[in-house]
Amino acid sequence: MSYTVAEKILLNHSNLKELSPGDFIECFIDLIMVHEQLGGRIHKEYEKLELDYVWDPNKIFFILDHWIPAPTISAAQMHQDARKFAEKYKFIHNYGYNLNKGICHQVLPEMGFAKPGMLILGSDSHSTIYGAFNCLSTGIGATDVSVVFSTGTLWFKVPESIKINLKGKLNPAVMSKDFILKILGDVTTKGAIYKALEFQGEGAVSFSIDGRMTVSNMSVEAGAKFAIFPPDEKLDKWLNLRATGPYNYITPDTDAKYEKSMEYDLSEVTPMVAKPNSPSNVVSVERVEGVKIDQAFLGSCTNARIEDLRIAAEILKGHKVFPEVRLIITPASTEIYKQAIKEGLVEIFINAGGVFTNSTCGACIGGHFGVLGDEEVCISSTNRNFKGRMGAPTSQVYLASPATVIASAIKGEIIDPRTYYNG
Amino acid sequence: MVKKIQGFVYILGDDINTDDIVPSHTLTLRDPDEMAKYTLEFIDPNFVQNIDKGNIIVAGENFGTGSSREEAVFVFKTLGIKSIIAKSFARIYFRNLINLGIPSIELDWDENEFTKGDKLEIILNEGIILNMTKNTKISFKRLPEFLMKIIEDGGILNQIRKKLSK
Repeated sequence: MSYTVAEKILLNHSNLKELSPGDFIECFIDLIMVHEQLGGRIHKEYEKLELDYVWDPNKIFFILDHWIPAPTISAAQMHQDARKFAEKYKFIHNYGYNLNKGICHQVLPEMGFAKPGMLILGSDSHSTIYGAFNCLSTGIGATDVSVVFSTGTLWFKVPESIKINLKGKLNPAVMSKDFILKILGDVTTKGAIYKALEFQGEGAVSFSIDGRMTVSNMSVEAGAKFAIFPPDEKLDKWLNLRATGPYNYITPDTDAKYEKSMEYDLSEVTPMVAKPNSPSNVVSVERVEGVKIDQAFLGSCTNARIEDLRIAAEILKGHKVFPEVRLIITPASTEIYKQAIKEGLVEIFINAGGVFTNSTCGACIGGHFGVLGDEEVCISSTNRNFKGRMGAPTSQVYLASPATVIASAIKGEIIDPRTYYNG
Repeated sequence: MVKKIQGFVYILGDDINTDDIVPSHTLTLRDPDEMAKYTLEFIDPNFVQNIDKGNIIVAGENFGTGSSREEAVFVFKTLGIKSIIAKSFARIYFRNLINLGIPSIELDWDENEFTKGDKLEIILNEGIILNMTKNTKISFKRLPEFLMKIIEDGGILNQIRKKLSK
């Protein structure tokens, strides 16, 4: 039999000799990430099993990130419940007290936990992000987490795979966010339900690791189960700096079967924007130029990495944020925060009139640090613009790249970032 | 075991997402009954008043798209929803339904087949929906054996409990 990357990794984590798309199989899990959900439904569900152990306290990564530091009493109580559980079951990788780590999806790979060939699950839909590191990863709900906590295994339906072959590379001020928005516009939010996306070709590895993370992260908005990148020397470099222990790169067999293949030339991608209220309501930026904004938000697990902050500072340097616009920048991790200070980026943001917060999911989920009021308009580097996602149900969220967010913050309305980019 | 479900139709549209079902601002609430009060508040403000225990939701495409928040299934369970019929489901949402023992039925239905308030009987193992109001019979692709077993056990944690006690 010949296999796609997803099929190979699933097979490697099962007791089976072979498998095909559509099979229901049981797999062994290498690592499971949990965040505030541990103090939400997970601890309640798990306690129903009346166990005094978890299957492997060394294979659970626990961090609080959605509402950090707690902005409300109910969030604080959720944190308390989560920490109690992590202590009771003696989690080894317990970052429930470390408010200076950051967003789960950034911190986990930064600490070297995501390695090629692994099968990783997370209590968060954007867990597809670890596919950037040539592993299989996806999001699950609280009951599934309880199954993994108790048995170390989970059932899967083997997905069909879709090959997305990329050639060329992005033009200046066009970002991998624009590429994934373009895909979302093309395939819609239901175009990849239950599918494993495999990005291949010279274009795929032309993305930085930061850029790959954005693509794998947001593939879930198309319904994807996995979104995998191939290994290359950029991944080597990342892993050499951060990861320990053995791992194997996984590539597809030459005659692996794909449900379909798509092809994109990255040099043809232009800045894209998703209009309210769906991540697939995508148009090119010129179609929404002139839309007045109240807030510009650069943050979230999708787009607040160092590369994003660098281009933001490059565009913002020498400009001021438009007087009636609030610019909020929330880095994806504290490591990025420190790097941004070191490179002088934070000073540029603050001098231009922006605010720079600690790392948290914050405004992306309408949690804190930038909740929107009635009918306010926000351009945001985040992943979802569902009704009420960032605040009032009448607020409007436009999703775009960090470059477009910052350019729009200067102009006071949505604008093509290439207007300000001198690269 | 023949698994029959009876209930009354409540219609919802396409692309109902998890943030529609459970708005983020309610996610830190600890009491499920309290959280359930806000179900679909932004898109169908009268939903909670309009449904009774024993409703069956009939929805459009990509039902439950978005977050992994299982609360988006649990609020329906809390409100007594017995089953969800949709043209298609988002992946995580589908798993969450099955795992909590709520039968999820994929069916490409049209508006002549279901109207709000229709009385339905769903016979899960046969893949049949009887619309008792309209006196019609609709077939659907039944759930694979593996998933039917989870439903019959009343959710996956019941199944795990049995497995672990062996």
